[in-house]
Amino acid sequence: MNAPLPTQRYTRDQMAARVARDIPEGAYVNLGIGLPTMVANHLPADRDIFLHSENGLLGMGPAPAPGHEDPDLINAGKQPVTLLPGGAYFHQADSFGMMRGGHLDFCVLGAFQVSASGDLANWHTGAKDAIPAVGGAMDLALGAKKVFVMMEHLTKQGESKIVARCTYPVTALGCVSRIYTDLAVIDVTPAGLAVVDIVDGLSPTQLVELSGVPLHF
Amino acid sequence: MIDKTVATAAEAVAGIPDGATVMIGGFGTAGMPSALIDALIAQGARDLTIVNNNAGNGEIGLAALLKTKRVRKIICSFPRQVDSQIFDALYRAGEIELELVPQGNLAERIRAAGAGIGAFFTPTGFGTLLAEGKETRMIDGRQYVLEYPIHADFALVRADRGDRWGNLVYRKTARNFGPIMASAATTTIAQVREIVPLGALDPEAIVTPGIFVKRIVALAAPTPMARPGAAG
Repeated sequence: MNAPLPTQRYTRDQMAARVARDIPEGAYVNLGIGLPTMVANHLPADRDIFLHSENGLLGMGPAPAPGHEDPDLINAGKQPVTLLPGGAYFHQADSFGMMRGGHLDFCVLGAFQVSASGDLANWHTGAKDAIPAVGGAMDLALGAKKVFVMMEHLTKQGESKIVARCTYPVTALGCVSRIYTDLAVIDVTPAGLAVVDIVDGLSPTQLVELSGVPLHF
Repeated sequence: MIDKTVATAAEAVAGIPDGATVMIGGFGTAGMPSALIDALIAQGARDLTIVNNNAGNGEIGLAALLKTKRVRKIICSFPRQVDSQIFDALYRAGEIELELVPQGNLAERIRAAGAGIGAFFTPTGFGTLLAEGKETRMIDGRQYVLEYPIHADFALVRADRGDRWGNLVYRKTARNFGPIMASAATTTIAQVREIVPLGALDPEAIVTPGIFVKRIVALAAPTPMARPGAAG
């Protein structure tokens, strides 16, 4: 918190492009709401990747042209979408069976906090006056073979969102595989947090200071 | 001759008593049987327990039902949305009970009810606030939470087409909770765009076989566009 703030950060588009690089052809992928949806813009058009939406479709395509929105064809964020040729619709129990049953290869989620052991907090701030809502967050967090988290490294107050233990209510325990922030890409491993990428101009020492948790390089 | 067709939404919801548990299909407005909900409001049943993924959008459909204060409790996964102001106000005033369920557990609890499953162990929610006080078990090295089925007295679902035996096909992502809710209620009531002659639906493509449906009504009611919001 007292460390000087970094002068360079990955942009949101750079973060999304970095995640897209890690998603191979043939992958079944669920992109969470917010920042993760930007990953779709960076998946190469020549790569067959199957996007899953929890409300019951596989093979989700981009937003329709204006005037072609269909209220019966929406994504988890209730935005109008399209279906690619070869796409499929299914009911909620099947959709969540795809997650819980371990059929999805990747999901990409936003987060309030990720702990050093891969616990995820992304559904509830725990504030007393907050109306709780969970949706598919808990199912997604443990329902993919690999769970990627995209988030800013620091809160607006400059506190690390990578923490020794989550102080917000957890979504699932030990579920996160890799964290993509505006400062670094970090793997959650049995031996601890291992830095894969670090933004130009930031030293490992500075990253550790900002993060407040042990990091391996 | 078996004909499950009824002529009006009012006939379709006749007999839903005070205190009933009513499942309502839909994810946001997609698949929400708005005409049946309006008929339920007009019918006047109160002290209801409602099962839905959300807790109403804007001032229509489920939100309009909540506004009548005839809903004692709602079981759902994602009540808070950009346009859930009616639920939000009732909840803050302590005028509605909320059972918050992760969406996959909600779906599976409904499916389990329809499939005659007494309870099941799910990994979803383990170690979280939503599993507090629930029985857990380690199975093959993984932690699970015991969850029970959700049965309903009535289910109101929206499909695209149906026939007089109650067979249903859905449209795009409006399918969502329809098939599982149809199986989990004693009396399932389907609102469809069109009722077609027996045999007109491709038997290979029927999603909800008529055994799960008691009443079916054709109503030309458009689905309003959902307002984008948070997930769930």
